[in-house]
Amino acid sequence: MFELEYLLLILGMGVVTYIPRWIPLVALVGRKLPRWMVEWLDLVPVAILASLLLPLLLVSEDSGRIELFRPELLAAVPTIIFALKIKSLSGTVVLGMLVFWLLGNLL
Amino acid sequence: MFDSVRRKKAGNDILQGLIAAWPVCLGYVPIGLAFGVIAQQAGLTPLHIGIMSVFVFAGSAQFIAVSMMAGGAGIASIILTTFAVNFRHFLMSSSLALYLGGARKKLISLFAYGVTDESFAVNLSRFRQGNWNINRALVVNHTTNFFWVAGTIVGGFVGQFIPEGKFGIDYALVAMFIGLLAMQLNGKKYVLTALLAGFLAVFLSMLLPGNLYIVASSVLAASAGVLVLRKIRQVRHNV
Repeated sequence: MFELEYLLLILGMGVVTYIPRWIPLVALVGRKLPRWMVEWLDLVPVAILASLLLPLLLVSEDSGRIELFRPELLAAVPTIIFALKIKSLSGTVVLGMLVFWLLGNLL
Repeated sequence: MFDSVRRKKAGNDILQGLIAAWPVCLGYVPIGLAFGVIAQQAGLTPLHIGIMSVFVFAGSAQFIAVSMMAGGAGIASIILTTFAVNFRHFLMSSSLALYLGGARKKLISLFAYGVTDESFAVNLSRFRQGNWNINRALVVNHTTNFFWVAGTIVGGFVGQFIPEGKFGIDYALVAMFIGLLAMQLNGKKYVLTALLAGFLAVFLSMLLPGNLYIVASSVLAASAGVLVLRKIRQVRHNV
């Protein structure tokens, strides 16, 4: 899959990535939105981030089932506590990687 | 005199943008390296990798696309999957739109290019704190974009020298999501919505194909949150 075919693929991927990011911005910016929609859009961010995160912690990619005592979940405990207390994104990233790496060496 | 004031303001916007962006860049380097490694193993050169990172700029979709390519998937199915995986950014742009009133159309279209899970969360929490504008948000988007592109290209070059599973590289994305979510949890309604969305996502991820669960659980949880808030207001109003 190379050259012309690859460029076609990249073009297609780029378009379907850009359009959903662009449409709401040009359609909604500057509009007066109804209250329920403002409230809804206010709750969407945490909902998305939690939806991205929790399956990564709890669901095994291999078995497709919930598994506790996965290193992903164990490493998340100190990382979450740190993130809530210190509120430092860079510190959270470094600590999480460090803990996960150490756990991988121990287990 | 006005010129120097304007220059000072622009300089400050860049500085504030960089301060907000650097934790994300820190996370993008290991993730970008990891992507470059995988893409190189799938047969892509650093040039191919760079082109993809510039034109697509969507980490998880790029990982999926490369693994599909390695599995021999066709162009149409990869593009369709990219669309499905990235559709969550439709919701993110909708949320960001609340804060971009008054910004120029051209800048907004440029801004749309850089809406990722990470830049979205960083920009949104700054917008909520006030003291944020589209210039600073653009600095965040393009700085993180630069580190992503550079990281993935470097990964394509040095890929074969990095042993698998070293230095917690696999955990950079998870840790970044944890940090980004923690930044947003300022109040009971956010905590409850996040918990509902997270557990819905866990169950839906086992039922629905692909990444559909992300949009489904987000929409369900945010809608439930709005209904509960309305109910609370009605009860208070009646008492």
